[in-house]
Amino acid sequence: MDFEPVIGLEVHAQMLTDTKIFCNCSTQFGGEPNTRTCPVCLGMPGVLPVANRRVVEFVLKTALATGCTIQKYNQFARKNYFYPDLPKGYQISQFELPIATAGYLDLELEGAVKKRIGITRIHMEEDAGKLMHEINGIAGDSSFVDLNRTGVPLMEIVSEPDIRSPREAVEYLKTMRSIVQYLEVCDGNMEQGSFRCDANISLRPKGREKFGTKVELKNMNSFRHVEKAIEFEIERQRDMLEDGIEIMQETRLWDEKREETFSMRSKEEAHDYRYFPDPDLVPLVIDEDWIAAVRAGLPELPRQRRQRFIDEYGIPGYDADVLTVTKQVADYFEAAVKLHNQPKAVSNWIMGDIMRSLADSRDIASFAVTPVHLAGMIALIDKGTISGKIAKKVFEQMAETGKMPESIVHEQGLVQVSDSGELEKAVQAVLDANPQMVEDFRSGKDKVFGFLMGQVMKSTKGKGNPQLLNDILRKQLAG
Amino acid sequence: MARELYSLTIHELSALLLARTVSAVEALESVISRIEAVDGRVHAYISPTFDFARSQAQAADQRIARGDGGPLTGVPLAIKDILCTEGIRTTCGSRILENFVPPYDATVIGKLKAGGAVFTGKTSMDEFAMGSSNETAYFGAVHNPWDLDRVPGGSSGGSAAAVAADECIAALGTDTGGSIRQPASLCGVVGLKPTYGRVSRFGLIAFASSLDQIGPITKDVEDAAILLSCISGHDSKDSTSIKRHAPDYTRALKKDVNGLRLGIPKEYFIEGLDPQVEKAVREAIDLLKAQGAEIVPVSLPHTEYAVAVYYLIAPAEACSNLARYDGVKYGYRCSQPGNLREMYEQSRSEGFGPEVKRRIMLGTYALSAGYYDAYYKKASQVRTLIRRDFMEAFKTCDLIVTPTAPAPAFKLGEKLSDPLSMYLSDIFTIPTNLAGLPGISLPCGFSEGGLPIGLQIIGNLFAEEQVLHCAYCYEQSTPWHRRKPSLA
Ligand SMILES: [Zn+2]
Repeated sequence: MDFEPVIGLEVHAQMLTDTKIFCNCSTQFGGEPNTRTCPVCLGMPGVLPVANRRVVEFVLKTALATGCTIQKYNQFARKNYFYPDLPKGYQISQFELPIATAGYLDLELEGAVKKRIGITRIHMEEDAGKLMHEINGIAGDSSFVDLNRTGVPLMEIVSEPDIRSPREAVEYLKTMRSIVQYLEVCDGNMEQGSFRCDANISLRPKGREKFGTKVELKNMNSFRHVEKAIEFEIERQRDMLEDGIEIMQETRLWDEKREETFSMRSKEEAHDYRYFPDPDLVPLVIDEDWIAAVRAGLPELPRQRRQRFIDEYGIPGYDADVLTVTKQVADYFEAAVKLHNQPKAVSNWIMGDIMRSLADSRDIASFAVTPVHLAGMIALIDKGTISGKIAKKVFEQMAETGKMPESIVHEQGLVQVSDSGELEKAVQAVLDANPQMVEDFRSGKDKVFGFLMGQVMKSTKGKGNPQLLNDILRKQLAG
Repeated sequence: MARELYSLTIHELSALLLARTVSAVEALESVISRIEAVDGRVHAYISPTFDFARSQAQAADQRIARGDGGPLTGVPLAIKDILCTEGIRTTCGSRILENFVPPYDATVIGKLKAGGAVFTGKTSMDEFAMGSSNETAYFGAVHNPWDLDRVPGGSSGGSAAAVAADECIAALGTDTGGSIRQPASLCGVVGLKPTYGRVSRFGLIAFASSLDQIGPITKDVEDAAILLSCISGHDSKDSTSIKRHAPDYTRALKKDVNGLRLGIPKEYFIEGLDPQVEKAVREAIDLLKAQGAEIVPVSLPHTEYAVAVYYLIAPAEACSNLARYDGVKYGYRCSQPGNLREMYEQSRSEGFGPEVKRRIMLGTYALSAGYYDAYYKKASQVRTLIRRDFMEAFKTCDLIVTPTAPAPAFKLGEKLSDPLSMYLSDIFTIPTNLAGLPGISLPCGFSEGGLPIGLQIIGNLFAEEQVLHCAYCYEQSTPWHRRKPSLA
C-alpha cells in the first residue's frame, strides 16, 4: 500500500528581548548559574509576574508577518507540572486564547513549486531553567539547577499538519527561521537551542482523509537532524503499518549518534497539565492601534527583499536566494554594493570566498572582511590596480588581519604591473632562456604557450597584468 | 484613670505622638509589656520582632522631632505572617516555610515603613490562610481574648486577637473568603476587606490569587480608614492592582446616613443563623433606619452556590500557587530522599498540614482533564452570576447590610474534625470575595455569653468610602467598639 506522511511542526523560538517575560532580569545567554535571577523568576513566595510589552510586540510582528489573525483578548494560562527547573511548579503559557491564530507560510519548493503551510496558532510562554547533573565534568550524587534561563520569553508556533515530506519540513523551518531573523525577534540558532522544533508525524494510506495515529518527535537540533529524524520515523511507521502493527501514540526522541528514534513516554504516561487562566495576570487586550503600529514598523521580509535584489541589482534569482536567506548576509551585500556598484561581482565574492571562510560560524556580521573591505578590494580590481589572482591573496590577508585592501597592496607591493616596456623585458628574458620552447611553438606546437605564460607570470611574481602579458607574449613569439 | 498607651487607637495615639506628649519608644514599650503579659494566653504572635520594632520606634521619634511625622509614624502594628517582610521570617503559618526569610518586602510593608509605622511582630494564622478558626496553624492555635476556650476565627485570627487583646494598636490581615471580617467579628474588632485590586498583592503569599486582598484590622472605623489610606493604590509590580486614585478615606467619615439606601438580602437571614446574631443585626439595621437610612429589601439569588463555587475556585488556584513549595529552592526539604519523586512527596507530605493537603487535592481534582468543565469552569460561570446578583442589587441600594458570621465564636476543637461545618462559617463573607467587592465587619452587640457579634456592610466596587461612612455613623452612636475583653 502507498502511504502518505502527515507532518505538523511546533517551533519554539527564544525571543531577543533585553529582559525576561515577567520580570526585569537580563535574558543574556550564559553567566554564572543563578546570577540572572530575581525573586520573581525564582518563584519565591508572594511575588507576582508582570507581562513584558516588548514580548507581545515581538510575537505580534511574527504573527503579522505570517498572516495570522490577532486575538484582541489574550489570556495567560498556567501549565502545571513538577520539575526542578520550573521554580513555580507551573509554566506561564497560553492555552485557550493564544495571541495569534490561522496564519500561513508559503514555501518555494524545487522547480518553482509553491506550497502554503497553515499556521494553527502562535502563543507566548516562559522558558524553564536548566538542570546540571555534573560539576566540572564530575557527576556526584546531587543535581544542580541553573535558573538563568527561567523566564526567557519563548514563542511557540504551531503549524497545521500540511507538511508531506522531510524536505518540506526543512523548507518550512528555514523559511520560518529566516522570517524571525529578519524581524530580529529571534537569532534562529538551532545548536544553542534558541530555535527548537518538535514534529508530529503520522502516516495514512494515500487518498484517505482520516489521519493516522501520530507520534511526537523531539530533540532535533539542526535542519539535517530534523530531516533525518523525520525520514527515519516515516520509514519506521511505514514498516510497522506494512506488517500490520498498530502505531502507538507516544513521544519519541531522536538519537543523533545512532540516527534512530526511541520512545520517551507513551500517551498513558503523558502529563495532565491542568491548564487554567492565570489569575495573577490580567487579560491582555490588543487594540487596533497597537496592531497598526506594529504592522507599520515591519521590516522588508526575505521574499520581498529577494525580488527587489533581482529587480534593483539585476542579479540572477539563484544569487538573490542565497543572499537573502539571512538578514545579515543581505545587509552585507547591500552595504558593499552601495560603496562599489558592481552587484554581480559583490555577489560572487560573498557566495564564494566569504561563505567558504565563514564556514560553520555563519556570522558575517562579525567577519573581519567588512563590506568596506570587500568593496574597496573589488574597486582595486576594476581599476586594474590588482589582478583577480592577487585579489585572492589580498582577501586572505584581510580575513586574517582586518587590514584595508589598499594598505595590504601597498605594503606588500602587490600593485599590478601594466608598464608594457617592463613586461616586454620580462617576456624577452623568458624567451631567451627557453629557445627550444620558442622553436617548438613556431613549428606549430600551441601547447607550449601555456607553459611560457606560466613562466612569465612567475617571473613577474604574479603582478604582471595578465591580459597585457598575454598580448606581448603572442606578439614576440610571432615576431 | 489614664488609659494605657497599648489600649489606644491609631488616631488617639498618633495625636499624642505628633504632639510629642508621648514618644514612639514609650508607646512601643507599653505594647511590648502588654504582649508579654497576655500573649502566653492568647498566642496571637508567631514571631515577635521587638528589637526591630525598637529601632523603628527610635527612627519614628527622630522623624517626629523633625516635624516629618504622619498618621502612622511611631504606631505599633502587628502584621499577619502571610506578608513578606525583608529579613524577618515569614512562615505563612506552615512548617514548609518555618525558616523562610524573604529578601524583599511586600508592597504594603514598604508603604507602612515609609509611613513610619513600627512592627511588633508577625501574627498567627491558619496554615496558608486555609481555615476559619486559626486552628490549622502549624505554630499552634490562637485563643479568643473574649473567651480563651474559643477560637478567634480565621484565617487572620492572630491579627484580630492581637487587636482585641490590645497586643498592638492595629494590624494587617488578608481576606480570601472572609479571613479579615470573620475573625474581626468573632473578636469584636473592625475588619475591612477592600475591593479586589485596591491594595497591591505583591509580597502577599498567595492562597487564591483572584480572591486574596490585604486589609486593616483595627479598634475602630476611623483607624480602618487611616490604615487603608496608607496601603491602597496602584502598584506596577501587581498587574491586578487597579490604576485608580486612592483617596484619603478619613474624609469619608461623616456622621449622617440620611438618604443612604441599605439593601437587606433575604438570602442572608436564613435557617442556621444564630438567633442572637440575627437579633443584633436587625437592631443595627433599625438604628441605621432611625438615623435616616432607607431600608430596601434586595435579593441575591445565587448566594446558596457561593460556598460551593468558592471551594472549587480557591483550592484550584491554591493547588497551583502551592506547587512552588517543592523542597528544591527554599523552605522545608525532607531528609535523605532517595530520588526526586521521593523528595517532592516527602517534603510536601511532611511540610503541609492536613487542611492544606485537603485543599490541594480538591483543587487538583477540580482542574483535572475530564473534570475541568464540570467543576472549575462551571464554578467560574456561577461566579459571574453571583457578581451579577450584586450589580443588580446595587441598582436599588447603595450598600448591603448583613451579619458577618452565622454565629459567635465557637469552641476550640468544635469544628476541626468537621470541615463542612467549618466551611459554612464563611457563608456570608465568601460572596463578597467572589464578586471582588469591599466589605467591613464591625461590632454590633454581644451574645448572652458575652461574645462579640459582627455587622457586615458590603459596598459596590471601589465604594470603600461609602462603606466606611456608614460603618462610622453606626459605630459613633453605639458603645460596642469601646468594650474590652477582661482576658480572665
Ligand atoms: Zn527575574
